[in-house]
Amino acid sequence: MTGYLLEIGQAALALLLAPGLVGFIRVVKARLQGRRGAPPWQPYYDLRKLFGKEAVVSRNASWLFRFAPYLIFATTVVVTMLVPLVAAPLPFDAVGDLLTVVYLMLLGTFFLALAGLDPGTAFGGMGASREMTVAAIAEPTIALAIFGLAVGAGSTNLGQIVAQTLSHPGAVINPGHLLGFAALFIVTLAETGRLPVDNPATHLELTMIHEAMTLEYSGRYLALIEWAAGLKLLIFFSLLSNLFLPWGVATALTPGALAIAVIALIAKLALLGLAVALIETRIAKLRLFRVPELLGVSFVLALLSVTSSFLLR
Amino acid sequence: MIVKALFLVMITAWIAGAIASLVTGRGVIARSVTALGACVGSAACLLLGVTALVTGQSLTLNSTRLLPVSGLMLRLDGLGAFFLVIIGLVGLASAIYGYGYSANYEGRYSLRMAGAMLNLLLLALGLQVMAYNALTFLIAWEAMSLSAYWLVLTEHDKTETVRAAVWYIAMTHAGFAALMAMFLLMAGGDLTTSFEGMRSNAAALSSTLRNVIFVLGLFGFGSKAGIVPLHVWLPMAHPVAPSHVSALMSGVVIKMGIYGLARVTLDLLGGGPVWWGVVVLGVGAISALLGVLYALMEHDLKRLLAYHSVENIGIILIGIGAGLVFHSYGLTSLAALGFIGGLYHTLNHACFKGLLFLGAGSVLHGTHTRNMEEMGGLIKRMPVTALCFLIGAIAISGLPPLNGFASEWLVFQSLLGGFNIPRPEVAVIMPVAVGMLALTSGLAAACFVKAFGITFLAIPRSREAEQASEAPFSMRAGMAILALACVALGLAPFIVVPALGRVLAGLGGLPDTHPAFTLKLSLATPGGASRVSPALLALGTLIILGLIPLALRALRANRRLRFGDSWGCGRIGQTPRMEYTATSFAEPLRRVFAELYRPTKELTIDFHPESKYFVQSIEYKSEITPWFEKYVYEPCLWLVRLLAVNVRRLQSGSLHLYLVYVAIALVILLLSARW
Repeated sequence: MTGYLLEIGQAALALLLAPGLVGFIRVVKARLQGRRGAPPWQPYYDLRKLFGKEAVVSRNASWLFRFAPYLIFATTVVVTMLVPLVAAPLPFDAVGDLLTVVYLMLLGTFFLALAGLDPGTAFGGMGASREMTVAAIAEPTIALAIFGLAVGAGSTNLGQIVAQTLSHPGAVINPGHLLGFAALFIVTLAETGRLPVDNPATHLELTMIHEAMTLEYSGRYLALIEWAAGLKLLIFFSLLSNLFLPWGVATALTPGALAIAVIALIAKLALLGLAVALIETRIAKLRLFRVPELLGVSFVLALLSVTSSFLLR
Repeated sequence: MIVKALFLVMITAWIAGAIASLVTGRGVIARSVTALGACVGSAACLLLGVTALVTGQSLTLNSTRLLPVSGLMLRLDGLGAFFLVIIGLVGLASAIYGYGYSANYEGRYSLRMAGAMLNLLLLALGLQVMAYNALTFLIAWEAMSLSAYWLVLTEHDKTETVRAAVWYIAMTHAGFAALMAMFLLMAGGDLTTSFEGMRSNAAALSSTLRNVIFVLGLFGFGSKAGIVPLHVWLPMAHPVAPSHVSALMSGVVIKMGIYGLARVTLDLLGGGPVWWGVVVLGVGAISALLGVLYALMEHDLKRLLAYHSVENIGIILIGIGAGLVFHSYGLTSLAALGFIGGLYHTLNHACFKGLLFLGAGSVLHGTHTRNMEEMGGLIKRMPVTALCFLIGAIAISGLPPLNGFASEWLVFQSLLGGFNIPRPEVAVIMPVAVGMLALTSGLAAACFVKAFGITFLAIPRSREAEQASEAPFSMRAGMAILALACVALGLAPFIVVPALGRVLAGLGGLPDTHPAFTLKLSLATPGGASRVSPALLALGTLIILGLIPLALRALRANRRLRFGDSWGCGRIGQTPRMEYTATSFAEPLRRVFAELYRPTKELTIDFHPESKYFVQSIEYKSEITPWFEKYVYEPCLWLVRLLAVNVRRLQSGSLHLYLVYVAIALVILLLSARW
């Protein structure tokens, strides 16, 4: 029973933290660029504002356009219940493994891209086409990173991977692990629409990817999509931190351990957020047709990671 | 007892359906008897397969009790029963669908022939998987190929159709020749040797001979399955056939290649050296990737689906190839996992590809075009077709919780077991295959966003699309059957996988993995290392989907909705010309993979005579290089033509010369008889 409560609590925590994470990265970026920037809780205000507004939907769009935000939000919330954010192993560990997490998020992307095409504007199509291109090319890297982690743990289930790394702390500094982390970090930037792949702050339609697909959304639909996008960022960050550096994750369900786990999670998210903000202020956006090269690099890193874990076993 | 009764019903219904179609001729009666025969036969076939799988019963029949010809042998075992399920399921849906679809053909094409051939094709398929000696197998194989050829030719007045049919029959006969040679080698020259005899004989064959048999089998079965580079006939023949036949060909006929390969390599030969598995795995990975890459560039809806068949055959072969590799190292539970993944994907692909072809047929029925660039907005005009096509699109993209995910998950899991292989140079193949499989599934998702989005969403791009209407009830029912199958097979892998484990038990010395897979809601790899439960996943998603509106209400969110125009950068009045097209959707990927496609570009700009700053018209043409047609088949065809021209010299028309030929032939014969 405690386990199931923990699952719900974990999902609630993720929902609560996600807009804050987005806001935090924005603040850090603003400060690094010498601006004051909006306060970190601005995304919460934005969500409240959007939920209070009526939704305007294109006449050309079908039921799919109105259904997609709900589905995207629901699948992302389901994923938060599968990923070990504060504790491992979770009772839902046997429901979905790492491959499920990746493919559930791809399901969300699939529907978002369809929703981008639905209003029949060129921008939506442009965003959908680019998003699917990036998602497809990022896929092999993700699969190989999973492979690398699974070779060590003998399983693709997240609880097992965390338990394995916790019991063999020396594995953290082996090259396979480090290369895998680097590969997955690059993919995280691509999948969550950060620089240098996509600019979350862009106002120029021609360079947009994620923003172009959501251009036609408003009101509660936009709120759900934005919230889900924040959650996706949080999920990728916690995968990066808790699969490769699982310290802090509660293995026993005592209040003390859980409190430490929550604090550790927030600290790790903040650290990764800081890193992303730093990267985003230091580098420019890549041209779309240079993105495959970047993802190619991440693929090679992931392949090296797997090969080295094979040879060093 | 029940097995025998079902078998008789199945055979009788199909034969009766074929004869009745020939007799009744035209009109609604012809369509009804065709569909009735095919439906009853397919339903019996499905039941027969399921019964045999559940009870584990087998059925042996010798020809003397059926036909007055000796040498024919039929035997139903687990593997055959599994393929009977596939034939029955897709056959049933196609037959129901065909009733409505062939209404279009009334008065234009021969319903008589199409109906008879449909029933004959089903009959040949059913006998194919039950054949128990080479002779029966080859007869069924040829009957299947020829009836499919006839069905492809249904719309015979189009040059495109005739060309496709010629390619198909040429490829399939090249394969048939290889299969004949393979069986002759395996049976020691006597085609009536039963499979049991071949199985015991196989161990005594020299390793060179076994390798030759494997290569011939891979070529023969591969030409039917459509592996790269033998795939060229698929994207030609599948689009021009009537859509319910396309569904049957893509869903079932090409699967006979998989059946044959599994039967010969695993069952009859009992597995082989590592390189067999590596070759199958490599061919699978390349077919998967090239199939999806070529599919991305297509904007003919049915050709796109045909290329996806190449892709999915590739995924199936990745599973089977991994199984063969593990089998050769004696890692039997991993081998079983690979084979189960491959066979499960065979069933799944039959369902979703059948569904997608039926959906494409409805679109063709509604809009009279296969060109995606002329479609759009069909989700409002054809809601049921759209929903069914969407289910198929999600399933084929391997997204949870539908069936494509379950089988791709199993294939992934078997590849992940690659680190158990003792030889590192072989083990390293596995992560590369994982990468290729992942890229394939990502690209497939992109391709189906294109296929569904451009066809069904946004504003209609032509008058035909604007005036499209929903398909009749029988066609919707055919699609609904397969759509439900996609959902059920996705949610209940815990039923399918143990059944497959039992099918494989004993084949090539594989252990019965049936107990290793628990009948719980979750699907686990043997030993329970990794587990996943699509059913609970779907349930969780549904619960949260239901909670969102409740939460919005509780939060007192604004729930008003207003309809307006799409944002057009200030421009009022949106036209279909402003929409993204299928070609533009695929453009980024065409640039990324330009090395493969080698696109040609031709730009003609017609300037205004007064000033070159004003353009009257722009014409842009771009084509991708068809590698295989150009660099593999054209030289082959050239060679054949050259030979034919030279052979023609023998035919001078002079009687004296012919008499000399006869004399020479006679002398040679006499000499050879003396020896």
